[in-house]
Amino acid sequence: MNEQLRRRILSTTCIIGFFVAWELLCLAFHVSDIVLPRPSEILVTLWTRFPAIWPHALQTLYTTLVGFALGIVIGILLGMLIGSSRLAYDVAYPMLVGFSSIPKVAVVPIFVLWFGAGTVPAVLTAMIMCIFPIVVNVATGLAATEPELQDVMKTLRATKLEILWNVGLPRTMPYFFASLKVAATLAFVGTVISETVASNRGIGNLMMIASSSFDVPLVFAGLFILAALGVALYVVFSLIESRVTGWAVRSDNFAAGG
Amino acid sequence: MNALPAEPVLPAGNVIDLEKVRVTFGSDKNQVTALAETSLRITHGEFVALVGPSGCGKSTILKLVAGTLTATQGHVFVAGREVGADHVRIGMAFQNPTLLPWLNIRDNVMLPLKIVPPFKLEFAAKRKTEYRDRVEASLARVGLAGFGDKFPWQLSGGMQQRASLCRALIHDPTLLLLDEPFGALDQFTREELWEIMQNLWIEKRPTVLLVTHDLKEAAYLASRICVMQARPGRIVDDSVVPFVRPRTIDVSFQPDFVSLTQRLRERIVAARAVQETAS
Repeated sequence: MNEQLRRRILSTTCIIGFFVAWELLCLAFHVSDIVLPRPSEILVTLWTRFPAIWPHALQTLYTTLVGFALGIVIGILLGMLIGSSRLAYDVAYPMLVGFSSIPKVAVVPIFVLWFGAGTVPAVLTAMIMCIFPIVVNVATGLAATEPELQDVMKTLRATKLEILWNVGLPRTMPYFFASLKVAATLAFVGTVISETVASNRGIGNLMMIASSSFDVPLVFAGLFILAALGVALYVVFSLIESRVTGWAVRSDNFAAGG
Repeated sequence: MNALPAEPVLPAGNVIDLEKVRVTFGSDKNQVTALAETSLRITHGEFVALVGPSGCGKSTILKLVAGTLTATQGHVFVAGREVGADHVRIGMAFQNPTLLPWLNIRDNVMLPLKIVPPFKLEFAAKRKTEYRDRVEASLARVGLAGFGDKFPWQLSGGMQQRASLCRALIHDPTLLLLDEPFGALDQFTREELWEIMQNLWIEKRPTVLLVTHDLKEAAYLASRICVMQARPGRIVDDSVVPFVRPRTIDVSFQPDFVSLTQRLRERIVAARAVQETAS
């Protein structure tokens, strides 16, 4: 426990140190706040203009979560399909790789064309951003299931669905959660891209407007909000992960709790 | 010693019936015969051990019966029906414990009750009551009382293997397939588990097919031993083990026992010699 506490204190100090160094360097070299505002300025902006910022923050969070949820559902289904069928693997994999290589900025105008500017393209962009890592990881997890464990089920005359449910899916959980942590942050990227291009709400839109009026502290305030939301979502999924897939990590905490 | 009745003779059919079964792997050029044309009949309640050098097709036979491998030629009947369509309850223990790492020991042992009819029909209703007691009793039997809440990785290899045996037996299988389940254990744990295994067999009388390369184990546990030979795999000797049950480990030091294992050993050595001159 002591060791853990020391590690925590050390890492917190380093993170705070980063911002202090930023503050001090800006002061020492007289950096204009139009180029790079100091963290203290950004915090003041966040505080004083919070009533104007938070509806945008909520909009971005809402859009991202909806897109993320859709991405999870579709990602799992596709991953299961690809992981358990040879044909699906051969067909869908090259298409997925090709599709994920397309810059998402290029896709947003198409969504806008189809659904109009606003929330829908942002949700869809967030969704397609996070599908790829989820699909790949779920498919990999299923493919990595030990044949011995499947044999256990086969000798019991289990159906394919029972094998998938009792062995395939639990085995895939560690891979799935690893992908969720990546996908959660990617979903924010997707939302903001879309908001920047075609929306009149959301942090992306706020930052566009702020930068066009050279309100750089507000731009950075937007970045801070995005970073904070991203970290929060990451933490949430890390916590769920350690609950659900503790068996794969074998930590002492899990042994006591499980 | 209270001698048990001789191997029960069941009127109708064999539990296992391999009819001129052949198993080959690979295509034309690189074809390897894992099992040459083999016929094997095992009647109800028999405890049969398959022994032989590695690569002789022991495990192949087991997999055929378990249904995880299909024969290239011939027919595999289990309880009178062709494999795959059968309704016989099979329990299997493997060389590795193969416990599911995300389930605790209790849920691991309970797995067959969740999958195998008729138990699965009442699984939701009884998992916390009757089935749980059943699992606890089974764990206590192999010396794992109180370990139900542990996870597989928290147990030693021997303990995991005990849990694996519990899982193989929890649904009262009529056919028990054992693929060298005691192979990776130390001498004393192994002998202890032999005794447990024998008692379970005397009590429930499942038909058992045991694959092993330990002749002492085969002679101690089985009522019939089939010796196999490699390349191509086939059965070259089939003999009955006459010792009365329950057998104790002391039996293994008696002259009859020693001469039986000696004879089996010679069979296998001879088979290996043939194999080497052939290749």
